[in-house]
Amino acid sequence: MTAAGTLGAVSLFDALPRGRFAENVLHFVRILRAAGIPVGPAKTLDALAAVEAIGLDNRADFRAALATVLVSRHEHQPIFEQAFDIFWRNPRLLERMLAALLPKIEGRGGASDDLPARLAQAMLPPAPRREVAGEQETEFDATFSFSAREVLQHKDFATMTAAELLEVQRLFRTMKLPLPELRVRRTLAAPTGHAIDLRATLRRSIGAGGALAPLRFRTHRRRTPPLCVLCDISGSMDRYARMLLHFLHAITNDRHRIHVLTFGTRLTNITRHLRHRDVDVALARVASAVEDWAGGTRIGHCLAEFNRRWSRRLLAQNAVVLLISDGLDADAGDGLAFEAERLSKSCSRLVWLNPLLRYEGFEARPAGIRAMLPHVDDFLPVHNLETLTGLAAALARPPRSRALP
Amino acid sequence: MPTTLPTSVDAALALLESRDYVADRRLATAVFLALKLRRPLFLEGEAGVGKTEIAKVLASGLARPLVRLQCYEGLDTAAAVYEWNYPRQMIEIRLAEAAGNVERGELAHDIFTTRFLLRRPLLQALSPEEGATPVLLIDELDRADEPFEAYLLEVLSDYQVTIPELGTIRAETPPVVVITSNRTREIHDAIKRRCLYHWVDFPDAARELAIVRRKCPAASESLAREIVGVTQRLRALDLFKAPGIAETLDWAEALVALDRFTLDPQTVADTLGALLKYQDDVGAITPDVAARLVREAQTIA
Repeated sequence: MTAAGTLGAVSLFDALPRGRFAENVLHFVRILRAAGIPVGPAKTLDALAAVEAIGLDNRADFRAALATVLVSRHEHQPIFEQAFDIFWRNPRLLERMLAALLPKIEGRGGASDDLPARLAQAMLPPAPRREVAGEQETEFDATFSFSAREVLQHKDFATMTAAELLEVQRLFRTMKLPLPELRVRRTLAAPTGHAIDLRATLRRSIGAGGALAPLRFRTHRRRTPPLCVLCDISGSMDRYARMLLHFLHAITNDRHRIHVLTFGTRLTNITRHLRHRDVDVALARVASAVEDWAGGTRIGHCLAEFNRRWSRRLLAQNAVVLLISDGLDADAGDGLAFEAERLSKSCSRLVWLNPLLRYEGFEARPAGIRAMLPHVDDFLPVHNLETLTGLAAALARPPRSRALP
Repeated sequence: MPTTLPTSVDAALALLESRDYVADRRLATAVFLALKLRRPLFLEGEAGVGKTEIAKVLASGLARPLVRLQCYEGLDTAAAVYEWNYPRQMIEIRLAEAAGNVERGELAHDIFTTRFLLRRPLLQALSPEEGATPVLLIDELDRADEPFEAYLLEVLSDYQVTIPELGTIRAETPPVVVITSNRTREIHDAIKRRCLYHWVDFPDAARELAIVRRKCPAASESLAREIVGVTQRLRALDLFKAPGIAETLDWAEALVALDRFTLDPQTVADTLGALLKYQDDVGAITPDVAARLVREAQTIA
């Protein structure tokens, strides 16, 4: 048999003896796609080829074959399993789903009780896109004068009016977060460098007819390290968190190696949701993904979960961690020092942004703050535009601690 | 080709089995499809669950040479694909000079031939010097950086590499490709799209027992049962790094070396270093916990 790629879509489709069956596979793929698993058309062809190769004698093999082709992330496995169970087991449900797939059919398949929410949504025809823009926008005048912007620089996010907030959000869109670049092991050609570029030198010397030619060099490339942001979204941080998400959206779209997680009472990875180019859509997705918005804070618990589940996946290659939190902890700093130390030891730099630093006479009184403070490299304010723009300069300085061994 | 490719999932299962690799059926399905559809097999999973081993087993089972590319940060084409043999090229130039026939175009043509080419793993896999198409193992791809991933795209989709001085080299028969990742970062979707994906999970008790019996025959049946009972329960605990199969086997070897026929809490505490590699995890297994694990493993076993 030839590889799937060499056959056109139509010919393979026709080549399958079980025409109805191929159709079902197509439907199944479409449902997975609607449920958020990224499967392109090429994957559909692969799936058909895989099914053809494996046959239909063994249900478990059939399931495994489809999973191998259609799933490419471990976290998508449960969705696939659920979809498979529903789609290939219950013909009545299947019919309903197929009916739901066709637009303008009445009844929409009357969402069944045991249908997982995400799948149920995927089976329904796409809802017309809602306008996401807020009501304030109608009365908002986009032209802020220069002096107004000056004032905006120093104004606390928590005391801004709706119009001011919108203006700041607009400014965020152009902001970047230039982390200092680190030396990496990859090299590039350079006029001077630590190693001789033999390849380039030799090519030169051939150009010179084998005579001696000036040496060429290579030096280390430099690039910004990966960034991981842990953003506190508990009640006490609410106002700031909402603003900072706009900022995080801007920098997430600017660079590839950045991951954003939110925490309150539990940890949520929102990187994928923030990736949407449209900030309103992105934040709407974040809002639906995060369940502990404006609730309590259990920093120690969340850091522990981060250290266990995520740190090894996100903090490779000298990552910098940006911890955005006021450090007010419901567990009164219980177990926090231990987890903060572990976090600090598994990243190259731990930066703590704390909006409480806006107060002149700030003292590290709360237990949570005292527990974490010894383990952070930088402790910086983050309550207005000025401090955010100043962040870049602050990060460009070498970290406070971490003397080179 | 000395050994033919498996023609069914059962044949794939038997192939792995014949080389002492006890696989579950899902994995065998993935292997069978990768061979049949000629796609790279992308294996992800915790450290020590036998991802690399699959490539080795496939190579020996199919009687093909194994070409291994260990990834690391900064891996570049000079280390992964090819490099020119500069010292030999320079000598060639000097010789040409000494003979007095320095004709530029000809010289350049002469020294950029395959004679002066050092073949690194990817090139070896695409154009093997001996007949058999090799098994290419790209190990721990998550350790390499993104530019290398991007480079792999051409290799994995078209099985070809381009050397500016020589042209494009294309594999006559594509090699069997196995890619592994420990998930220290996410591999880009573009790579995964070209591969068949399989998450290698920790084995269940029955399969782990079969593996221990196969790989460590010196351990008695009852000891093997107890070992598996303890490791399975350890994985259910809240540990920073749960022990993989590699650790289970290490532990079994260690216990055999200590002439143990049955487990007791003291022995478990003394040999815990073979299973757990983080001090916090070792500390979490207090004498009480160790005693409970051993008791449970023995009563069930």
